[in-house]
Amino acid sequence: MPLVDLAGAGGGTLSAEALTSAREAGLVGCTRCTRVWPRGTRVCGRCGGALHSRRPQSLQRVWGWWFAGLICYIPANLYPMLRTRTLLTVQEDTIVGGAIELATHGALAVALIVLIASVAIPVAKFMAIAYLALNLGHRARLTAHRRQQLYELVEFIGRWSMIDVFVVAILSSLVQLNAIATINPGPAAFTFALSVIFTMLSAQSFDSRMIWDRAA
Amino acid sequence: MSAPDPATPRLAIDELIACPRCDALHRAELPHAGERAICRRCGTVLIAPRAGSYGRILMLATTIMILMFGAVFFPFLQLRVAGLRSDASVFDTARAFAGGNMAPLAVAVALLIVLIPVLRVLLISYVLAPLAAGRRPARHAAAAFRLSEDLRPWSMAEIFVIGTAVALVKLADLAQVVLGPAFWMFAALVVVTVLQDGFMCRWSIWRALEAER
Repeated sequence: MPLVDLAGAGGGTLSAEALTSAREAGLVGCTRCTRVWPRGTRVCGRCGGALHSRRPQSLQRVWGWWFAGLICYIPANLYPMLRTRTLLTVQEDTIVGGAIELATHGALAVALIVLIASVAIPVAKFMAIAYLALNLGHRARLTAHRRQQLYELVEFIGRWSMIDVFVVAILSSLVQLNAIATINPGPAAFTFALSVIFTMLSAQSFDSRMIWDRAA
Repeated sequence: MSAPDPATPRLAIDELIACPRCDALHRAELPHAGERAICRRCGTVLIAPRAGSYGRILMLATTIMILMFGAVFFPFLQLRVAGLRSDASVFDTARAFAGGNMAPLAVAVALLIVLIPVLRVLLISYVLAPLAAGRRPARHAAAAFRLSEDLRPWSMAEIFVIGTAVALVKLADLAQVVLGPAFWMFAALVVVTVLQDGFMCRWSIWRALEAER
């Protein structure tokens, strides 16, 4: 059984910042099942997942998906999300337009939810991922702990942006009253969904262990 | 979770655990049932064993399957306005995108709200049923559990339920919306899914799969 010298790179102190990382101990940790293997092992013997000390090209992938998400987010705001056809009128609502419509009808709380879910959260997500990717190591103003929390927040909240796509799906399937009123999805629903999926992939590509690496 | 003891720095490699979030090394120590071992550096939960959790997870998995069956086949929502009616099932909501060039989105929505949650429940049951019965793990159990974990962020039933609530508010002053049994089943399903996730200690499951192989 291989033995590991833990007193190596991390030093003798036990403060949280000085904990030895698997990488510093010449090991590689499995991000899936947390099992530890000698550096250079390719596949985890416990869960069968691929082992990487730090995910290769993590940042390239993060930026690739990030730009794809951003590009899709632009038409998502310019084109209509919903097409409402009534007897006399045809109305097309963009994300922001729909929220304003809701607010003028007095549903301020719902308008706020829509604005937060489809505008504030996606924009904040783009900014947060960019910040994390640009501020690795100890150059960052935020502590590693804060950046880790930011990353977890992005990962947790990213999926919730899909709510708008589901709302469009529910409204379009339900409001099909032939002549009186029909609601159909607009092209923005498609690009918005793509934008959410791409930013989720961008966040997943980020290897959060890089946040904690000491500056080389 | 204890930090490696500097007095005895040489440890067997399988006594160690590396935090998946920050890579900090710890010596793995099984906490008491109901307690959790967290990473000393970043606070990520590493081990959270629960007594009898396999049986409970399997029961909840069965509940989820039954609720999902009902949620898909019972009426979901009905719109009533000026004597006219319009019905929608859960799959109808995915089909809303089926026309025109948005068909991939229809497939994606069906996957996110029904198919992936169902697949995850099946995979978890496949992995845990032999473990709960004290037998050897099923063939390819590790691959099945890996897939289930990869699909976790893409299982969006709970987001769909909140989406329904938003849609209802949007329609409230235009028409009367009747909530069908499928809506309530879907809502219950979300609660059960959250419970099931809370019972699951990934580390314990991986270790069981390794030990029994």
